[in-house]
Amino acid sequence: MANQYDNIEAEIVDVLKALVPEGTVISPKAGIARDLGLDSVAVMDFVMDIEDHFDISIPLDRIAEVESVEDLSRAVEALLKEKA
Amino acid sequence: MSIFSKFDDVRSAFGALTDIGRNPFDIRFDKILSPTEAILDGRSILLFGTNNYLGLTFDPAAIAASIDAIREAGTGTTGSRIANGTYSGHATLERQIADFYGRRSAMVFTTGYQANLGLISTLAGRDDHLLIDADSHASIYDACKLSAAEIIRFRHNDPRDLSRRLRRLEGLPGSRIIVTEGMFSMLGDTAPLRDIAAVKREMGAYLIVDEAHSMGVMGKKGRGLAEAAGVEADVDFIVGTFSKSLGAIGGFAVSDLPDFDLLRVVCRPYMFTASLPPAIVASVTASLHRIATDNLLGARVQANARRLHNGLAQAGFDIGLEANPIVAIRMADRELAIRFWNALIADGVYLNLALPPATPSSLSLIRSSVSAAHTEAQIDRAVSIIANTGYRLGVLSENAGRIAMPAAE
Repeated sequence: MANQYDNIEAEIVDVLKALVPEGTVISPKAGIARDLGLDSVAVMDFVMDIEDHFDISIPLDRIAEVESVEDLSRAVEALLKEKA
Repeated sequence: MSIFSKFDDVRSAFGALTDIGRNPFDIRFDKILSPTEAILDGRSILLFGTNNYLGLTFDPAAIAASIDAIREAGTGTTGSRIANGTYSGHATLERQIADFYGRRSAMVFTTGYQANLGLISTLAGRDDHLLIDADSHASIYDACKLSAAEIIRFRHNDPRDLSRRLRRLEGLPGSRIIVTEGMFSMLGDTAPLRDIAAVKREMGAYLIVDEAHSMGVMGKKGRGLAEAAGVEADVDFIVGTFSKSLGAIGGFAVSDLPDFDLLRVVCRPYMFTASLPPAIVASVTASLHRIATDNLLGARVQANARRLHNGLAQAGFDIGLEANPIVAIRMADRELAIRFWNALIADGVYLNLALPPATPSSLSLIRSSVSAAHTEAQIDRAVSIIANTGYRLGVLSENAGRIAMPAAE
């Protein structure tokens, strides 16, 4: 399962890379809004890209709990499990 | 560490805003002269940011009805309908709204915000799914917070994305409730309601449409986008407001569903707030009668919308494609939008400054709304002031040719 988590995180980082200034280091603990500088609307748009990428819908209350890349990766992992 | 520390970011953003000029959240008019003019700092200013689409705030019949109602029934109801009872005016107004929409039932709320808050949060319970347009108004988002349902956003005005998200829910229990708006308040764009209705029918869901900005403006009878798009039969609930086209305050919801009136004893934002006072109920009743019997009003606001839209488009501004009463000019950045908005006020025209995060796609906007009460001369004057500000601040290029400034009326 760790492997699957790592893949999810890597794919999320790939999507994020296109949204932040070139060369920004994206660590798993990085706060998507706090550290990477996305405003609240940009975060919501980014989450939609992630939803499309994994073909899931992340309910709004779960998005509210997400701060870091790792949080988002865990939420995606959980939803993919529920779907399977 | 203060209880307000959590707002440090807001404070610094707000500081940056007020360093450049006026506080856009606290414009203080000395006097409102008419639906289209006010006095600000001792000078006359044209109002192009009021959502007063039909210009009925000074309608003589509405004013007279309001004054009579205060004399007859007093200044307030001092409580909610469930505790203090329903006044005859409330019941009459609800019947009138239901009839206006050709629906079985109507419920009146104390504000438009509460209409969305109440209807959406109560209808969507545990196990249900709310599917809301990502660019929904704050009242819809707040309703979602109050609801026990699971909330899913679909991409703005994207029926295919909505369909995809409904498909992902296949096999799960509960109802699906789609929420969208007739006209979106920031950019003035309308929902692709025919396609959304088709998705609703195909996937089996309920559909709520908020016609706050489209009532009185769209549709032959002024019912809004659902009427204009010919899909009223697919819309299970229409929500609206009395604070825009009807010139007062309050909200409503209408439906044909037989158990709709059950909401009166389960919908907390309806039950636990004071009901609308007689003066408001009376002016709304009069203004709704006016809309229902005078379809020139809708035609006039549409014609004015086209005039404003054409004027701004010809000047070369970056605006939306739809010529609706809301026209938003996209600004390159936040600071430019703030300077532009302040310059317009200095030159005598009031529009709305709309900044992220209140705007879709993090846009910085100068937003205008036109009224049936605007004269063509007022619109032309506003366009020339806006265009000249555009040249001065470098938003428009000089070689597009200056627009002559007509003399003040």
